Amino acid sequence: MASFEPRIVAFLCNWCSYTGADLAGTSRKKYNANVVAIRVMCSGRVDPEFVFRAFEKGADGVLICGCHPGDCHYIDGNHKTAGRYPMVRNMLEQFGIDPKRFRLEWVSASEGDRYAQVVNETIETVRALGPLEWPKRLNESDTASPA
Amino acid sequence: MSKPRVGVFVCHCGSNIGSIVDVPAVAAFATGLDNVVYAQEHKYMCSDPGQEMIRDAIKEHQLNRVVVASCSPLMHEPTFRKTCDEAGLNGYLFQMANLREQVSWVTEDKAAATEKAKVVVRAAVQRVADHTELHTTTKPCTPATLVIGGGVAGIEAALQLASSDTKVHLVEREPSIGGAMAKFDKTFPTLDCAACILTPKMVQAYTHPNITVHAYSEVVDLSGYVGNFQAKIHHKASYVNNEKCTGCGACLQKCPVKRVPHEWEQNLMNRRAIYTPFAQAVPNKPVIDAQHCTMLLKGKCGICAKVCEAGAIEYDQAPEGTYETIDIGNVIVATGMKTFDPTPMKALGYGRIPDVYTALEFERMCHASGPTEGHVVKKTNGVLTHGGAAPKAVALVHCVGSRDKNYNEHCSRVCCMYSLKYAHLIKEHVPGCEVYDFYIDMRCAGKGYEEFYNRLLREDVRFIRGKVAEVNNWAIYPEEEGRLVVRVEDTLVGTTRRIPVDMVVLATGLEPAEGAKALAQTLHMSCSNDGFYLERHPKLAPVSTATEGIFVAGCCQSPKDIPDSVAQGAAAAAQAIAMIKRGTVEIEPTTAHVLEELCSGCQICIPLCPYDAISRDEERRLAVIEPAKCKGCGTCVGACPSSALQQWGFDDKQIYAEIDGILANA
Amino acid sequence: MTSYAYYPGCSAKATGASYEESLMAVARVLGIELEEIDDWNCCGATAYFSVREKLAMAISARNLALAETQGKDIVAPCSACYLGLAKANKYLKEFPETREIVCGALKAAGLEYNGTVEVKHAVEIFVQEPMLSQVKAAVKHPLTGLRVAGYVGCQMVRPYGFDDAEYPVALDTITTALGATPVPYPMAARCCGGSQIMTNEEVALRMSKNVLLAAEKAGADCIITTCPLCHMNLDMFQAKVNAHFGTNFSIPVLYFTQLMGMAFEASGLGIEKNLVGPSAGLAAHM
Repeated sequence: MASFEPRIVAFLCNWCSYTGADLAGTSRKKYNANVVAIRVMCSGRVDPEFVFRAFEKGADGVLICGCHPGDCHYIDGNHKTAGRYPMVRNMLEQFGIDPKRFRLEWVSASEGDRYAQVVNETIETVRALGPLEWPKRLNESDTASPA
Repeated sequence: MSKPRVGVFVCHCGSNIGSIVDVPAVAAFATGLDNVVYAQEHKYMCSDPGQEMIRDAIKEHQLNRVVVASCSPLMHEPTFRKTCDEAGLNGYLFQMANLREQVSWVTEDKAAATEKAKVVVRAAVQRVADHTELHTTTKPCTPATLVIGGGVAGIEAALQLASSDTKVHLVEREPSIGGAMAKFDKTFPTLDCAACILTPKMVQAYTHPNITVHAYSEVVDLSGYVGNFQAKIHHKASYVNNEKCTGCGACLQKCPVKRVPHEWEQNLMNRRAIYTPFAQAVPNKPVIDAQHCTMLLKGKCGICAKVCEAGAIEYDQAPEGTYETIDIGNVIVATGMKTFDPTPMKALGYGRIPDVYTALEFERMCHASGPTEGHVVKKTNGVLTHGGAAPKAVALVHCVGSRDKNYNEHCSRVCCMYSLKYAHLIKEHVPGCEVYDFYIDMRCAGKGYEEFYNRLLREDVRFIRGKVAEVNNWAIYPEEEGRLVVRVEDTLVGTTRRIPVDMVVLATGLEPAEGAKALAQTLHMSCSNDGFYLERHPKLAPVSTATEGIFVAGCCQSPKDIPDSVAQGAAAAAQAIAMIKRGTVEIEPTTAHVLEELCSGCQICIPLCPYDAISRDEERRLAVIEPAKCKGCGTCVGACPSSALQQWGFDDKQIYAEIDGILANA
Repeated sequence: MTSYAYYPGCSAKATGASYEESLMAVARVLGIELEEIDDWNCCGATAYFSVREKLAMAISARNLALAETQGKDIVAPCSACYLGLAKANKYLKEFPETREIVCGALKAAGLEYNGTVEVKHAVEIFVQEPMLSQVKAAVKHPLTGLRVAGYVGCQMVRPYGFDDAEYPVALDTITTALGATPVPYPMAARCCGGSQIMTNEEVALRMSKNVLLAAEKAGADCIITTCPLCHMNLDMFQAKVNAHFGTNFSIPVLYFTQLMGMAFEASGLGIEKNLVGPSAGLAAHM
């Protein structure tokens, strides 16, 4: 378990969290290499299908980052994301995926430190849960226990 | 489109990427990916030779997709899009892979960084295969600029814009323009009189044919997009008709309500219910304070209307004021700052002990039209008047509310200099007065600033290096009776000291202005951690913001002195003028569109759009998007249950491809 | 009935005995039960925390663990005990490594720390509602006209505490509830010199002198304290202050519970144990 390196896909909004993640870079804040980011213009673009697709294709964890409520570049795209979040969590649970693998965080353009911290925390949480290996599980029996 | 022929270009970025990521290995890895027909590395991809290499490769290898694996797209996406365009390949058939800000700069382990770089490149290669040609739309730019804030930065911006024949709307929420600088007595290091150098500019701005000053007004909404904004201005009710008012001042003298604390004078003086903030106010038209006017509150009085020969008083103005919407091409935000309120710093005694002042309060004391007519004196029975006793010793305390983790971590930049200014003014106003300046450092970095400090050294000011621990008014030793006591560790001498003084001036730091956060939300601007407005790049783009067409200038972006505020005002104006002179703006094509054959008319998307860009075609029972209004957030796209809504450049297929590319060997 | 686990601290059984006497008398009047913690040990006060922090925390935590078996919050009348116990409680909750070490030590004694009890200073249990109203109701002899300087010193208000760290109001609230007049003076939350009275007497005498000077200048008839060491410095050493500095102080120093007991007309307050005799203003109420 100690050698398990989780694969985490992160969806970052262009204006706040992607910029914040870049700031972590310019500030040379270090975090583990397990997270790869996908840039979208707004966290509101993140279709729940993206989350399921990521798990389906082998991600062990999914992270969505958006602007703090009230600060969304598109006024309230992040409110929609916040609204979708509990639904996606419920569905993941019903699929037998531990909802702790899925996280929504608000990271602003000036929060490079925070981005690094969120990434590291997410990696450790998912590491403790172990590999998901969803494609493999789908091929096994129907009574697979929750991951 | 024909089969994708992808070229991958991996950059070393000097040693920024190359020293952590094994760039040759990544380039070699790219060669083995599906659809990649060419992969190459370069030391500096964004340089001329680097871009030349991309252009040549596009032509030589008939590339119809390009991936540049280098820095953040926020850095160079526009650069490389242009490179592709120049080679005849549509700039949107291009994707960047961020190997620097999000890989090499944040990963310590080289092997892990190289593996991650490969993953990121693979994802970009898979995504770009699904890209389609897109074209920016060209829209006209309204040749007008909105300047929010009439302080020295805003005035400078307005004047520069006006001299280029651009129409300017200058909105100021106080009854007069002038901002913080109008409150100053003298300015460092030249000791110019602030009003003398500012008022000509204020008048010039007010009378310039290209500038419309909206005083006593606020911007309450901004909609539209770069080149084509609409701003809603709230004109507060002043109950005075500015067209008719001649500025004679008769009303100011006759108003019977005399004891309203005058905020502009830092509440050290009273004003009347009808007032102008200061004598050289521009516009020189009074406003009536509805909270204190007897006529507006109780329907009795009306004296000002009786004495007004021009008939300019209008008690029947709508109390909620009026609203006006204007069309502008861009916006310059120059809303300034406020000074730190030291009341929570109980050890310094502000608000509890008499004769402990903030910087602005002392500024007004020194000013000839202030509460003491320019005399530096102590309070008499708790009131500051010009007949008060002169102090025998004054303490100046640096870094109040600045460089302090409990309040504001930042340095406010101007306090060392204005403390020196006050030291000089005290020596001038009160000959023989002792002046103690308690500093941590002396930050005199501007032109003529260090020389000014040296001058004060020769003027017999006692400089003590130590952070003041306490100001109290209870004596232990006889020489302290009836005076204030400053307790400080004199770090150069190496002992703690009790220094009796008669007055303390706190060098209160600079903070974001009242209402700054709310305005940021109205304009969809970001703030940095300290609450000041966030510039696009701290080094290279200090006056632009992440939003196209919105610029910042002056202290609203970070604490600074007058020369820098003026410089930023002019810089922001230059950027605005450039846009207006071009006459057009390019609108990004990454908008949402409807795949009509898939749309079932469920209407889930319509209420989600913050810009009302989606409507329903009742006849065909389909969603319809108005591209001009769509800003490309994609929120509707994420919600559509039929995937009928897609976003150019960010459609489902492309993002699925990117997800798959990341996890391909999972 | 309001009930607490009572932690007296060493001084309450020795030089500060009248503090405990008056506290018990007042608690009886107000119907507060103070059940002394069985086999409590010394908290280590300021001295030990400065020398062996983890060990000091462990011995403080022993008292917390004992209170947990009683299932009640702790009341400590001495400010140093209060701070030591509160600090240990806070650190064990916030720093898992410290908690692990201390719990290991406690385990060897068959005890557990679960962070379930809170630590309160004696002033705290009287000054908060609903008890404050009961205090007002219990007053039989309002101390009208008595000018009282409330002295809290340091450890009751810094670095933690339930009152303002520089301008505390708790004692003034109680003083007013008793019908007396609180006198504002600048030294209410300044150090008396503490245990320096034993190690660096000159310094502590000077600091106590400043407190007495300020109270005298403000026209106080008496000073009330919340800590046996403050009381000792200001009362027992008042004569020495006078001798050392040539001053002429004669300000009675009472425990705040003694003042409360006076207003309640309770007996057994131990006021006769105070060294400095009553001033004219105070005598009028006795």
